[in-house]
Amino acid sequence: MSIGDYIRNSQIWKSIFRHPAPRDRRNRVVVMLTNVFLHLHPVSVRKSGIELSFTWCMGGITFFLFLVETVTGVLLMFYYRPTLEHAYNDILSLRDVTTLGILRELHRWGAHAMVITIWLHMYRVFLTGSYKPPREFNWGVGVILLVLTLLLSFTGYLLPWDQLAIWAITVGSNMARATPFLGNEGPGAKALVIGGVELIHSGSDARFLLLGARFVGEATLLRFYVLHCVALPLAAALLIAVHFWRIRKDGGISGAL
Amino acid sequence: MDHSHGVPGAVQVGIGLLYLVATLMNIGFALYQNQVTKDKLQGMIWNFVAAVFGIHAVAYLAQSGWPIFPWLEQFINWIMGPTVYFVLACLAFGKFIIFRKHFTTPHVAWAWLMFALWFSGQAMTNPNFKEIITKPDNVPIVLLVFSVGFLTWLAMRKAVINDERIARGEPPMEKLGEDKVLVWPDLVYTELIAMIICTVILIVWAIVLKAPLEQPASSAKIPNPSKAPWYFLGLQEMLVYYDPWMAGVVLPTFIVKGLIALPYIDFNLKGNGYYTFKERAFAVTTFLFGFIVLWCVLIVLGTFLRGPNWNFFGPFELWDPHKNVPLNNINLSDYFWLMGFGEAIEGKHWLIREAPGLMVVFVYLVVLPPIIAKTVMRTFFIRMGFVRFMLLVTLIQFMACLPIKMVLRWVFNLKYIVFIPEYFFNI
Repeated sequence: MSIGDYIRNSQIWKSIFRHPAPRDRRNRVVVMLTNVFLHLHPVSVRKSGIELSFTWCMGGITFFLFLVETVTGVLLMFYYRPTLEHAYNDILSLRDVTTLGILRELHRWGAHAMVITIWLHMYRVFLTGSYKPPREFNWGVGVILLVLTLLLSFTGYLLPWDQLAIWAITVGSNMARATPFLGNEGPGAKALVIGGVELIHSGSDARFLLLGARFVGEATLLRFYVLHCVALPLAAALLIAVHFWRIRKDGGISGAL
Repeated sequence: MDHSHGVPGAVQVGIGLLYLVATLMNIGFALYQNQVTKDKLQGMIWNFVAAVFGIHAVAYLAQSGWPIFPWLEQFINWIMGPTVYFVLACLAFGKFIIFRKHFTTPHVAWAWLMFALWFSGQAMTNPNFKEIITKPDNVPIVLLVFSVGFLTWLAMRKAVINDERIARGEPPMEKLGEDKVLVWPDLVYTELIAMIICTVILIVWAIVLKAPLEQPASSAKIPNPSKAPWYFLGLQEMLVYYDPWMAGVVLPTFIVKGLIALPYIDFNLKGNGYYTFKERAFAVTTFLFGFIVLWCVLIVLGTFLRGPNWNFFGPFELWDPHKNVPLNNINLSDYFWLMGFGEAIEGKHWLIREAPGLMVVFVYLVVLPPIIAKTVMRTFFIRMGFVRFMLLVTLIQFMACLPIKMVLRWVFNLKYIVFIPEYFFNI
């Protein structure tokens, strides 16, 4: 008996995988059904559906990058404190002092790549008409995931707390004060007056909600940090689960009928 | 910039490597033409191109490369402006859609790719161009440009082939691989390989390119230009033509809403699960125009061609913060009252002052859709029903907002159609 067979026949191996190695047809089916990660897939797929020139693999790569961002992000959280006192210096020491400071590069380039791959995934899904019935709803879930990806990237952009960060967020968040009715410089906001008291001013409008202050400052840093590390990833993870489950339920990767 | 000092050594090595890759690519393509398609003429052409790239590669790697031709540099800088750039992009897009069969032929597409590579290398010899392109946060955009270009070619190529098959009464190519394969091993191994390749690319990228870190944040020192993250620069470019409430809130909201609504508007059941153009000509053209021209092309414009004070700079121009661009834009109300009737607009109530502009907007949003339903898009209206059709027309109108305002700005120097600063209501 070879070592490989010895391991595969051990009690530990069997307790984890519950069936022999996927070498014959039966076990290749069973492996997809008994593994929580693999069961996101169907058991079998159309041959034309998994050709690289058809799918471009962009959705899968986007999900992979999401995992990369999660792992590197958790590690970065060990080294980073979202306060005006520490934020910039923590990034500096990540660059200059910390072993494996390359984590930050992995996280940043992974994020940029994820923005591109999710666009390209949407592009492919559109061009193959894969949003058509019965996949209309899942396309909508995907659009929300796209928005979440952009928001994740946008909130993360502030965290290094350098000139690039603060001014990019200032430019971006300035839009919020022009929200119709809800921003203090938005059309219609001046009409929301009760008894001579303005409801919408720079201390109560949509931009204030986003920044936690009248300008990008410490409150904003904390807000963006919590959104970036907790709220948005959780929302994305939830929708990713729905997205994947619906791919299977809606008939797998699309193909010519 | 002064070119007498030549191109820096490290840049020469980079360009030399780029041309070396291009040389190898062309040798491979010539081999493909000789062996697979048995087209001897094409084989000869691409071997010749490989030789040309080889000479370039040797010259630059030996530190004796030349800077980009000054006349080319100056001509491009001179001719480029927001108008020329955007109009050229639209024309190129239209040409690609109409002559898609020609442009997706492998050797034609290859020729364009080779031209792009050659030009990229030449452009990198210009210090101004190089400085902007190689900013670490701008590198992804180069990636975006090449990947969108390649994948658009790939999708269109497949669409053209499928359209020809469908015209002959054959099923699309995707239909041929109907038989099922097991996910283990056929798909999970593909995924594993994709993950490994991505990991390698990401690690190399992370080692080669440091993440940017500028001076610590200071609310006193405002950088010029102040730019949003690169993926929002298409939206920031819209600020040239619309106020923040339109460019930053209403139009982005419509993009998201429009995308979600898209499957419910598109009543065409053909083209589900395979690449095709002819069966979905309207949908594909509209989407491609939105994604490529109004999104990607504007991101490139906002990143590479907008400098201090959001002024336009040619790709080889120095970003001079003192560049003076006269702004003499005029509101529609000025045109109407001042030039039309010779009346002063001061002292008029805003409702009367802006009545012409409000009328224009009313006609555009309310009167136009039924007219379209009765005339040019009559068949759409009949097949889609009232709600779907109105949704479609509204979304297209909001999408068309931007090009319409661009043209009005370029032709008539029009600033605002409606200008009611009292209520921050400017269109």
